[in-house]
Amino acid sequence: MFVSSLVNGVVIGSLYTLIALGPSLVYGLLRVLDVANAAALTLGAYIGLEVYGRTHSLWLAMLVAVLVAAVFGLALQRLLYLPILDRGPLITLIASIGVFIAMEEVFRLAFGPYRLEFPATVPLPTVHVGGAVVTGVQLLILVFGLVVLVGTWYVLRHTRLGLAWRATSQDRLTAQAMGVNTGMVIATIFLIGYGLAAVSGVLYAVNYNTVFPTMGDIPAYKMLAIIVLGGLGNPLGTIAAAMLLGLIETFTVAYAGFALPRDAVAFIVLIVVLLVRPQGLLPAEAGNS
Amino acid sequence: MSYLIVIAVTIVIYAIVTVSLNIVVGYVGQPNLAQSAFLGLGAYFAAIFSTRYGVSFWWTIPLSFAVAGVAGLGLGAVSLRLREDFLAITTIGVNFVVVALFQYMPFFGGATGMYAIPLPTIAGHQFDNTDFLIVGLVMLAVVVAASFHLERAWFGQSLAAIRDDEQAACSVGIPVASYKVAAFALSAAFAGMAGSLYAPFLSVVTPTSFGFTESIVILSMLIFGGLGRIRGALVGALMLGALPEAFRFISDYRLLTFGVILVLMLRFQPQGLLGEDSALSKLASRALAAFRPQAPPLAGEGALMEKGTSSNGPSRD
Repeated sequence: MFVSSLVNGVVIGSLYTLIALGPSLVYGLLRVLDVANAAALTLGAYIGLEVYGRTHSLWLAMLVAVLVAAVFGLALQRLLYLPILDRGPLITLIASIGVFIAMEEVFRLAFGPYRLEFPATVPLPTVHVGGAVVTGVQLLILVFGLVVLVGTWYVLRHTRLGLAWRATSQDRLTAQAMGVNTGMVIATIFLIGYGLAAVSGVLYAVNYNTVFPTMGDIPAYKMLAIIVLGGLGNPLGTIAAAMLLGLIETFTVAYAGFALPRDAVAFIVLIVVLLVRPQGLLPAEAGNS
Repeated sequence: MSYLIVIAVTIVIYAIVTVSLNIVVGYVGQPNLAQSAFLGLGAYFAAIFSTRYGVSFWWTIPLSFAVAGVAGLGLGAVSLRLREDFLAITTIGVNFVVVALFQYMPFFGGATGMYAIPLPTIAGHQFDNTDFLIVGLVMLAVVVAASFHLERAWFGQSLAAIRDDEQAACSVGIPVASYKVAAFALSAAFAGMAGSLYAPFLSVVTPTSFGFTESIVILSMLIFGGLGRIRGALVGALMLGALPEAFRFISDYRLLTFGVILVLMLRFQPQGLLGEDSALSKLASRALAAFRPQAPPLAGEGALMEKGTSSNGPSRD
């Protein structure tokens, strides 16, 4: 029971990491809480399903899903977020909620309101660890989670893009004045964030064998919780918070048999933490001053 | 005809909630993405007390008002510690937690909600839809009158000052904290009062009717009409409430329409249709100045709206 809860918690935490990392990077740059990023998750899942149905290749499905979602993200930041950026964080937040709701309706109209199956098999073996069963998909999710963890740390600390991100997130105008191509940085971050969301959408769909229009709901709001818990504008904190939330949820459901659904647990934790520590669990090291 | 009345009552309920939301979002400039939770609290308490304890409709109105108001006090207290987007996220969370409570607490009737809510009676006869409409319009008139008074009272002016610059407001001696909390409480209480009408009118309340998307629908109405303006809230609720009914084909695309309207408004016309400095509002105030109504306006909502709009003409300030 303990080991399987641990594995489940880490798997869910890795999924949350993939979902929350993009918006966390975006928040650091623009102070925009990008709820619409979760629409890219659903978009990725549907595109992945379509491509998989035709080619039966999970890798190709993921690739196409990432490309489509990245273009979506790029268009969104160019056409919506950048023009209204000066009107403050509330306007952008509400606009992104509008995009999110509209996209869900588009999915419902285009693909129907029902749950579709995503019966993909992952070319990875099922592993037994101390009584717990790790399926191929779960293994894949863990691998992706690990890659993203290491990748984020490496990119932020040791590359020009990471340096540009940190400079821009501290002060966009000054960074621009110092010769950082902030427009390029923002575009790249949106590409990465929406691509990751699409990957997590495909993995999510394969893991639970289901795709439906509102599948982005829970990730969307949980992603907000995770970003805040991790300290706004602190990507590594976001990853830590995602893992922590995955574990807390799994263990409360497994052991405490909490009366409320796990999704409400996340929000109660969020509200309590916000009230006690409004700056998040971990302070933002490269966040806005 | 009776179908039209049903739509009218629905729109009136939306209008009450939208005008009430305007108090917090428009006047004080605080985000609130949980207004439907307060409508839900009011509706649930009205439903529970009228079905289980046989409390009459007329007593459920102050009850719902008070319960939602107390919940609003809580959210107001939270708003003191959090700013802008943090507060916005918290209100989203509140919405989810309230719906989860409705769903999982036996007191609220669980996932099926409350049903067979008795019709109110007046002087021995049961309410028909027209009675609901009349009571709804009276409630709306009360909420509009209160908002209208608020705009001109010291309290409302202070709220505007808090919205524009909290520190400056504080420095001139406005009790920022208690005023903010009071605004949240009042706004929630009015939404709860609408709930006491909602429950017997629909005769069922279910947890999912008060979810996050419903809060967004209400917020869209306010933003569409124009933040911070009573007339904006009224027109927004009227137009967006009537839209799915007027055009049948829209009703399947209801949420899509709301989402798109929200995005387009925020992108191109953030003041809303009738907000301050919106294109339409300038046009309207010029037109109104030219055709000042000579006869006294008729009754209820219309009269208040007329006053509200004409006072924004050139004579203002």
